[in-house]
Amino acid sequence: MADLLPEHPEFLWHNPDPKPSYDAVIVGGGGHGLATAYFLAKNHGMTNIAVLEKGWLAGGNMARNTTIIRSNYLWDESAAIYEHALKLWEVLPEELEYDFLFSQRGVMNLAHTLGDVRESMRRVGANKLNGVDAEWLDPKQVKELCPILNINDNIRYPVMGATYQPRAGIAKHDHVAWAFARKCDELGVDIIQNCEVTGFVKDGNRVVGVQTNRGTINTEKVGLCAAGHSSVLAEMAGFRLPIQSHPLQALVSELHEPVHPTVVMSNHVHVYVSQAHKGELVMGAGVDSYNGYGQRGSFHVIEHQMAAAVELFPIFARAHVLRTWGGIVDTTLDASPIVGTTPVDNMFVNCGWGTGGFKGTPAAGLTFAHTIATGTPHELNKPFALERFETGALIDEHGAAAVAH
Amino acid sequence: MLLISCPNCGSRDETEFHYGGQAHVAYPENPNELNDREWAEFLFYRDNTKGAFAERWLHSTGCRQWFNMLRDTVTYEIQAIYPMGAPRPDAAGRTTPDTGTASTAADSTTTGSAAPSTSATSISSTTAPEGATK
Repeated sequence: MADLLPEHPEFLWHNPDPKPSYDAVIVGGGGHGLATAYFLAKNHGMTNIAVLEKGWLAGGNMARNTTIIRSNYLWDESAAIYEHALKLWEVLPEELEYDFLFSQRGVMNLAHTLGDVRESMRRVGANKLNGVDAEWLDPKQVKELCPILNINDNIRYPVMGATYQPRAGIAKHDHVAWAFARKCDELGVDIIQNCEVTGFVKDGNRVVGVQTNRGTINTEKVGLCAAGHSSVLAEMAGFRLPIQSHPLQALVSELHEPVHPTVVMSNHVHVYVSQAHKGELVMGAGVDSYNGYGQRGSFHVIEHQMAAAVELFPIFARAHVLRTWGGIVDTTLDASPIVGTTPVDNMFVNCGWGTGGFKGTPAAGLTFAHTIATGTPHELNKPFALERFETGALIDEHGAAAVAH
Repeated sequence: MLLISCPNCGSRDETEFHYGGQAHVAYPENPNELNDREWAEFLFYRDNTKGAFAERWLHSTGCRQWFNMLRDTVTYEIQAIYPMGAPRPDAAGRTTPDTGTASTAADSTTTGSAAPSTSATSISSTTAPEGATK
């Protein structure tokens, strides 16, 4: 019988043992860590580098997000970095030679109150000024684009219109990670799984090594890409981050025929829904209120987002929950990421992407690689420095970023 | 969902409560003397502990009183519930003194006479089982 089994397909990356020393070590083998390593190798010629992952590759938030990609953020700094990310998403399948099914099916952000309408129209204007494709749709146009949406006025919060970004969409998250991992591997990057960082070696205020469960690794530079565990790593290194880690839950239904042609997000009744390529309805909403590292949350949060989904999409009433799960998201008080230098010399941090890290993956990688390689931030991540919490130059995307956090 | 033992109302679902973040964060005693770094610490920096974490909760749809909770942020197990202004009762019995008199005073006022009668030391053994997640 064994002869009848097919050959195992070629592995996309190797599983090397850690070398004694690297030019740079990236902590965290999720999307951001892999993208950072890719751009370090490709744009900066740094190939003697390693990505350390405490579990398996892309098994954290990269495996748990709802795969939405958009760039319709209000503020200039956010629009710049997320729009750059979107432009990279558009070329990455070819560049990485891997079709990870980036589907630009558009994202709709519904307005349910007069306040929503005003905020949405303002955001459409701001987006257009920043070169981000955005338009305002009235309820009839909403219905034309997404026929299964209930636009009647017999619900608690009727749809009063929506913003629409046609170039936004979804991608297959696992495949994105695998695409980056394969290219990293080809470029000579060591991807080391089951390698947990337990401490840092410092010479004065300069980091010179990483202690792991697989021994000490010397390195000239360290980049932290650990999302929900960023605070834990920072504490090991001797500094603090203005981050709170929360559970963020999502769910999928069983497989259905294609019924949902776009991505619909509603800030006000609070749910976002798309339909995966395979057919599951994928839903998410806001974080659980309490701090948590448990990769699970409370059921009432799931219940609430399903209630919202059924009100907006009556057709979903007879769908079933197949699976729910949680990730640990690293939130900041201005709902914007932190990408830049740290109080420790030669240590850099990329965190605080909170509930929206997936869409930012390529730009996080590009700008963080630049920061690590040159020691100074890229133009795009300069505003997202840790120092902004001291200077007061916050980038407050709470409520402004088209979705509540 | 968390089942939370309100000191005044007994066990209620988490949906009746509002989360208040890290406990024992005192308002600066001399705000005029703080530099930007210190203000940033007070405004934006909070502990993000993985493990036993002291935090504030408000029973917003019940008695509307604030109280403190010691909760494990990995297992979500509630280890102790204790009054505002009281020192943190550690799981191991170690107590962290509450710093900042301003914060303690405000806490006491908020809790008022409805402060729970259970003492901080005994409560960890009586409420721990009820605090487990469902």
